[in-house]
Amino acid sequence: MTDDQTPKPSASPTRRALLRGAAAAVGAAAGSGAITGFPTIWAQEIKDITLRHIGVSYSVVQAIGDQAAKDLGFKVSMQNLDTSTAITRFITQPTSVDIPDLEGWQSKVAVARGILQGIDVKKIKEFDNILPIFTKGEYDGKKVSRQGISPYEAMYIDSKDSTKIVEGVHDWMTFLPQVYNADSIGYRPDLVGDPITQWKMLLDPKFKGKSAILDVPNIGIMDAALALESRGDIVYKNKGNMTRAEIDVTINALIDAKKKGQFRATWTTFEQSVELMAAGEVTVQSMWSPAVTAVLAKGIPCTYAPVNVRPDGKEGYRGWCNGMGLMRHLSGKKLDAAYEYLNWYYGGWQGAFVARHGYYSPVPSTAEKFMSANEYAYWYSGKPATDVIKDPYGAPIAKAGSVRDGGSLVERFTNISCWNTVMDENQYMIQRWNEFKSA
Amino acid sequence: MAATVRKPGLSPIMSARLKSFALVLPLALVLLVFVVVPLAVVLAVSVFRYDNFEVIPAFTFENYQSVLSSHLTLSLYLTMLKLAAMTWICTLLIGYSVAAFLVFHVRSRLVAIGLFLLCTVPFWTSNVIRMISWLPLLGKQGVINQALMASGLIQEPLQFLLFSDFSVVVSYVHLFTIFMIVPIFNAMSRIDRSLFEAAHDAGAARWQTVLWVVLPLTKSGIVLGSIFVVTLVMGDFYVVKVMSGGTDASVVSAMYDDISTLLFPHAAASAAVLMIILTAMVAAILRLVDVRKELVSGR
Repeated sequence: MTDDQTPKPSASPTRRALLRGAAAAVGAAAGSGAITGFPTIWAQEIKDITLRHIGVSYSVVQAIGDQAAKDLGFKVSMQNLDTSTAITRFITQPTSVDIPDLEGWQSKVAVARGILQGIDVKKIKEFDNILPIFTKGEYDGKKVSRQGISPYEAMYIDSKDSTKIVEGVHDWMTFLPQVYNADSIGYRPDLVGDPITQWKMLLDPKFKGKSAILDVPNIGIMDAALALESRGDIVYKNKGNMTRAEIDVTINALIDAKKKGQFRATWTTFEQSVELMAAGEVTVQSMWSPAVTAVLAKGIPCTYAPVNVRPDGKEGYRGWCNGMGLMRHLSGKKLDAAYEYLNWYYGGWQGAFVARHGYYSPVPSTAEKFMSANEYAYWYSGKPATDVIKDPYGAPIAKAGSVRDGGSLVERFTNISCWNTVMDENQYMIQRWNEFKSA
Repeated sequence: MAATVRKPGLSPIMSARLKSFALVLPLALVLLVFVVVPLAVVLAVSVFRYDNFEVIPAFTFENYQSVLSSHLTLSLYLTMLKLAAMTWICTLLIGYSVAAFLVFHVRSRLVAIGLFLLCTVPFWTSNVIRMISWLPLLGKQGVINQALMASGLIQEPLQFLLFSDFSVVVSYVHLFTIFMIVPIFNAMSRIDRSLFEAAHDAGAARWQTVLWVVLPLTKSGIVLGSIFVVTLVMGDFYVVKVMSGGTDASVVSAMYDDISTLLFPHAAASAAVLMIILTAMVAAILRLVDVRKELVSGR
């Protein structure tokens, strides 16, 4: 990737418009009079650019990349790695990546290592329409939980090449939020009986041998913490950054439950959770929204438990957000293309796509344009479907009249209890987590 | 050796020596680049410091201290040793019987080799597929449970069939028996058949022949097979993860969890410890039987 990346003046809005035009057709771009320069040559040049977007499968999606490439006129190569392999790759081979897919904690690590460059908020066209959950740490007038690493907490640096994340709103972002959701538990309504709205059900003896928990230590522990808080065992100061004593209480409770035969399994991948649920191995487990959708698409009933925060502070969702960074080596045309790519994600097509398996776009206003009124009302507003709801690949997953579990976007995101994270006592926690596993 | 290195006309001995050096060189280079160097890197990293963000190249033994003083390490090794022992017994019994059948009971050499190749057919698919194919068979609503329930033998599905030590060992046996069959098959094939007649003539019963003739002569095969199976099990992480339904941790899965949040030095120290323990185990096994002697001389 050492093609002639002569530094160019930063992309202006006209150039962006040009790029988009070029994508449609070279001739059309040339025809659009507002643009000066050499549109044909520009289109020729960007044609040979390939952006490498690398990250987890639920965020870096081939179908989305294909559409972006089609719309933008350059190539996009998507590669899926699991969270840990991805961050390792970013750090050890930074020049082999252009757009890293980052969660808050990964962004913290990546910024500290100096492998990213700040994203200029002025070049993000829809910046002002990004939900304030991400840009200001608040939503619907309420402060969003800061337990764990909230996206806002890892959002800003004060200069392009800074290696220190700062509090407050600044002009340079560390990563551009792309897709996010609030995780809770899934269950089989046909096998469970009463509706589930509390995390403690994961540990309820009623589901002995039929419950499963997520085995990605740094987020599995938070699911466990939510369950213990829900059961009244303990109140954490910060579930996203536990003390050793808190970790001990949590793990000991897990070991205790395991010894009593509570857990049928633990799962690490999306597919495993779908299989466990679909095969009837478990009836209640930590779960991700698209996994529930996938079970539903198999024609098997599955509900995503609404776990709104209670007045006593118990319950709540575990939030997460994946975004896109810009690797430091990007410059010249390739950097321009990367900004185009980032802006494309806020164009609405992607927002509509991810909404159909239960995720959200940080800019719902554009996503709305790419969804039917029925879809938008169902997925974003939590209203009853007026027609059949289909997943991104066209399989029907909800009948007319059904309502999304957990309600509207506002309802979910004003009920976040904690965010995906890596704790200060990470190593101790992982060691103890493995004790739970081997108990 | 330096004394004999004179310029043009190399003595015949020397040129022979050179030849063997030349023959060894490619493998030595491959081993150097792909084994020694990465290993050196792992060992180097294992004594580095680190924090949440960075690996710091400063010498410390803390990682080893943390690995060796944790009772997690002990319990992980005990789990894996238990699984390795169960797998070893099963693969040995099955592998030995299969090999014995192929070598001693199938009359035609050609058919024996054909059947032997047949043993390898399942191994043309990936490990992952072979392992995952057990899930629909052993599950709560799997074939076995359904059959048992339908026949009225049980009322509740048997939970221990899947996501248990049982299912892990079943998978290991399925995956690794071939590594037992091959060396034992090889050792058995080289037994001189007239020994059996001699044993028979000397009045040995069948089981005595097996115990005193066949077994000692196939020791090398058993040892080689055992090394394969034991090291494969001890170094595994995926089978344990999937087949135990994530309810068991293995030595390597603990390393994986370390790496997942960039605790490289700690993982490297665990890796070094695993390597030392495995080397010691293999050395111990090899002490029981001098494989080299069995393979090279003696025949």
